[in-house]
Amino acid sequence: MQYLLLLHADEAGFSSMTPEQQQQGMAAYMAYSQALIEADAMKGSNRLQPVATATTVRVVDGKTQVLDGPFADSKEQLGGYFLIDVPDLDAALSWAARCPGASHGIIEVRPIWAMS
Amino acid sequence: MANAVARESYGKLVAFLAVRTRDVAAAEDALSEAFAAALKDWPVKGCPENPEAWLLTVARRKSIDTMRGQRRYELASDELESAAEILQSAPLEAEIPDERLAMMFACAHPAIDAGIRAPLILQAVLGLDAARIASAFLMSPAAMGKRLVRAKFKIRQSAIPFRVPERTELPARLDAILDAIYAAFTEGWTDPGGVDAARRDLTQEAIFLARLVAGLLPKQAEALGLLALLLYADARRRARRSADGEFVPLAEQDTALWDGQQIGEAEALLRRAGALRSIGRFQLEAAVQSAHLDRRRTGRANWVDVVELYDGLFALAGSPVVAINRALAIAEVFGAQAGLDAMPEAGGDVRLAEYQPYWAARAELLSRSGAIAEARKAYEIAIGLERDAAVSRFLERRLAALSTSV
Repeated sequence: MQYLLLLHADEAGFSSMTPEQQQQGMAAYMAYSQALIEADAMKGSNRLQPVATATTVRVVDGKTQVLDGPFADSKEQLGGYFLIDVPDLDAALSWAARCPGASHGIIEVRPIWAMS
Repeated sequence: MANAVARESYGKLVAFLAVRTRDVAAAEDALSEAFAAALKDWPVKGCPENPEAWLLTVARRKSIDTMRGQRRYELASDELESAAEILQSAPLEAEIPDERLAMMFACAHPAIDAGIRAPLILQAVLGLDAARIASAFLMSPAAMGKRLVRAKFKIRQSAIPFRVPERTELPARLDAILDAIYAAFTEGWTDPGGVDAARRDLTQEAIFLARLVAGLLPKQAEALGLLALLLYADARRRARRSADGEFVPLAEQDTALWDGQQIGEAEALLRRAGALRSIGRFQLEAAVQSAHLDRRRTGRANWVDVVELYDGLFALAGSPVVAINRALAIAEVFGAQAGLDAMPEAGGDVRLAEYQPYWAARAELLSRSGAIAEARKAYEIAIGLERDAAVSRFLERRLAALSTSV
């Protein structure tokens, strides 16, 4: 079963940290990724640029509308993801709990819609 | 077919299929088709030697047909195929393994909304239909049906595991199952007059489930504690209403109407639970019931023990409901004012402000302490919040007695 762990957190948190704290934070994510790779559970991961860089696009009546900003304006923003492959939801939930992002934000766990 | 067999077999067979396919809804569908086939087949050909195996053979074939025949758009076909294969190769021995507990752990998984866990267990294990569960839980059948479908969809699509958790996790996860069974019992318990058959029966369904869990996990003290608690409470069923249907409070109940055999079973369970040395909420609540029942043996209520047990419960789970009962017990030992001092404050807490027992307890203690005007107001609020007509009449009599005493 594949699950997407969506990491939501307050972006301002990272920029207000000292360089040492940022370093530690990055190291924690590196260690977590390494653990996922060693458990053969890692399918992919990326960190996203801040929502200030986001652009939304939709097509209405054949016309493309482009807007500056994220889809949803909220206190926590989507900041990155891990795509993992594990046997069941319990395994996915315990990986989510181990993710550094769970301690400074919220992680949404979504099963992947498998295509045949 | 005998009802008792159907009742035991149904949940076992649904669990057997669901554990292998993760699809509770499809397992239920297959089982109802198998039961329908049995109703047609058995009267003609006679009851098979092993009815359970017969039903499983038919249900299994239906499940495999369903899985192979209809390529469900939400699931990859290779996953369907592997589930079908697991089902096909599952051994069909004379003894069908009892995996109802594993299924209950899936139904009461933390990823499933707490409010739907009890209905889900009642449906998956006992085969209760959504309409009946809805009427017991005071919901519309459509809304209940939708929530049940959604929960089963989540179990399947998010791959919630069907297994008994590891030992370290077990007590916390078991609590969710016990809470769900307790919720089913209390839903049934709120209709003591037995006016509504669906709700009256729910207490018996809950006892069946508690017995099942206690039987499958005999070393889990809280599982034994819950069964003891439900048996104690149910033992007083006949005494809760007078011959003409009026509400009788615990202190005035005729102890001769309490079910001695059920009390004996509860006492034995509570002793067994105590020997496991792992105290918990349900054991303490059962012990409170046991202390109340002292009146049956000694003719006197044992309020000192009740207060001590409520102190323990309050320290363990400081819920407002426990605080109210503790305050009532304190009043019995130390006087009405001490009871009032121990009552939680409704200010700011909406749930408490709308909780009938809170106002009824306050009214009772206020009237005993002589604060008649305040007591009258509290009784009026309690009556306004009560949905059981017999209890309303009881509270109205109390209110009337208050007026004449001034």
